[in-house]
Amino acid sequence: MRKLMYSLSELWEDPKFKYSSIVLGLLIFISILSYFSPYDPYKWYLLPTNQPPSLRHILGTDGKGQDIFWVLSFSLRNSLMLAVVAAVVSRVIALLVGILSGYLGGAVDRLLMALTDTFIVMPVFPLLLLLSSLIKNYLTPPVLGLIVGVFSWSGDARVVRSMVLSLREREFMITSKFSGMTVKEVIVGDLIPYLLPIISGGFIGSMMGAIGFEVVLSILGFVRVETPTLGSMFHWMINFQAMLLGYWWWVLTPIVTAILLFTALYTLSLSVNEYLDPRTRVQRIVVVK
Amino acid sequence: MKFIKSYLIPRIIQYLYMVVIGITLIFLIPRLSPVDPVEQILNTRLRIQSTTPEAILKIREVMEELYGLKGSLWEQYINMWKRLLKGDFGPSIVYYPAPVIVLIRNSLPWTIGLLTLTTLISWFMGLVLGTFLGYSKKSSLSRIWTAVFMAINPVPYYIFALTLLLLFCYVIPIFPLGGGFSVGQRVALTWSFIKDVIKHGTLPALSLIILGLSGWSLGTKILVQNLSEEDYVVYAQMMGLSDQKILYSYVLRNAMLPQITGLGLSLGGIFGGAMMTEILFTYPGIGTLAYNAVRANDYNVMIAISFFSIIAVATALLILDLLYPLIDPRIRYR
Repeated sequence: MRKLMYSLSELWEDPKFKYSSIVLGLLIFISILSYFSPYDPYKWYLLPTNQPPSLRHILGTDGKGQDIFWVLSFSLRNSLMLAVVAAVVSRVIALLVGILSGYLGGAVDRLLMALTDTFIVMPVFPLLLLLSSLIKNYLTPPVLGLIVGVFSWSGDARVVRSMVLSLREREFMITSKFSGMTVKEVIVGDLIPYLLPIISGGFIGSMMGAIGFEVVLSILGFVRVETPTLGSMFHWMINFQAMLLGYWWWVLTPIVTAILLFTALYTLSLSVNEYLDPRTRVQRIVVVK
Repeated sequence: MKFIKSYLIPRIIQYLYMVVIGITLIFLIPRLSPVDPVEQILNTRLRIQSTTPEAILKIREVMEELYGLKGSLWEQYINMWKRLLKGDFGPSIVYYPAPVIVLIRNSLPWTIGLLTLTTLISWFMGLVLGTFLGYSKKSSLSRIWTAVFMAINPVPYYIFALTLLLLFCYVIPIFPLGGGFSVGQRVALTWSFIKDVIKHGTLPALSLIILGLSGWSLGTKILVQNLSEEDYVVYAQMMGLSDQKILYSYVLRNAMLPQITGLGLSLGGIFGGAMMTEILFTYPGIGTLAYNAVRANDYNVMIAISFFSIIAVATALLILDLLYPLIDPRIRYR
């Protein structure tokens, strides 16, 4: 815990990290506010339509008679949840496949790597379209996150495997094995701590991918656009011709939010990756008194 | 001989199992889903007209025949392979009775023309620019460009393309609003048609190139930055080699390897089409075809597109693997 606090305070020195954590914090705060929303996001025409921002509705209302701020807060909650589900699922599968295939080797390794290679070449987008045309009504944010996660673990599984292959030859692994630790204990105690930085580095990238995917699918109308997400905000904005009608508050809200979210996640991943990279770490070494 | 045995044959085997597993997944996904495509089509069709129960049964039978849903799972699987090897994907439902393969043949040249060009251009420019950015990372010019690319890179494609569209079709109308060619133009290999196609393709190409360029050059920059701190580069600098020599024969050669794999993957991915681009600019390619197919539950088209995407990506990787010994001496001498 103290180590974590220390890393955080060290990261805080990085302006990129500062910017991204402030923006992300703000967006997460808005998404938490959705639990206190006075309106049901699934009900239309609760309010007068297309009102510009005012004190009562700080981001105005849209053509569906909903308060844009509260829709935004539900959308952020759903989009972030989808992103986290996708990232966690893909990380877990990557860890599992990578460790098993690297540690056990042999036939298991060959079989799992054949599967991994196939998933690398699997074109995710056409497949997701095929899926969405079949089960569009089941595609709620967590389900979509699950599907995106299942299709995006392959690259990292290869990275984990190659890490495990080199770790397996290290002395402490042999010591653990000879001292009678079971395979499970070795994996949890010796391997996972080394793999966590690599895995968490890809976490943010995986989140970005999932959110981007959802936006594209929603704009095209291939998921349940009734559920408020970042993508469905775009969908309705485009569907109601908000741009042509000049409702700038309705057009700008999703656009600005998307750009803020993506730049924040992107700079966060840059800063964390830089922090985890041992080569740049050496440059930062200072004498701690 | 040793090369063939230890390099070529494993690669070809890998190619074959990739394709087989991928296509098997495509076969399984619609069958595992809780929705029956035939039922779905029947629902949408029968909403408009009423038919006798016998006719419905007859329609269902024909539908199952068309979709290859007859018999046990294993029989269906074998039948699918037989049909795929003959290039028969059945008829399209939306453009009935046009065969799917014809639809794909019509829209493929548009997508391939647009995407091959933009991918190659943005890849090449990204490699050159990224090398410069990474090698002279302390210069102010490099810093400005890095900042510009870092600002462009995370912008969602849709927003970026829409801004271009508004700017160059509405505010300063120098490009046509969309389409692959002007209405009334005949598709033929005449000079006026080619000019028309180029004029329509510029804006979608521009949107893809700018975003692609920022991604490729940032990726290359990080690679080059790490490579230029390697010992052999420091050694080359101490030997007094010129910057140009170090850059081209030491750093770039190594930085290219992962980038070439990336290029191969994105060239293979072309087949999936750039759906967002094609829809925004109403471009008559594979992406638009897929979009219409999904909206109308046209499974045969969807399956054909997924099938070709897998083949394209796997083939691109195979070709890359075969070219790799030419680029990477470590593989050649092993």
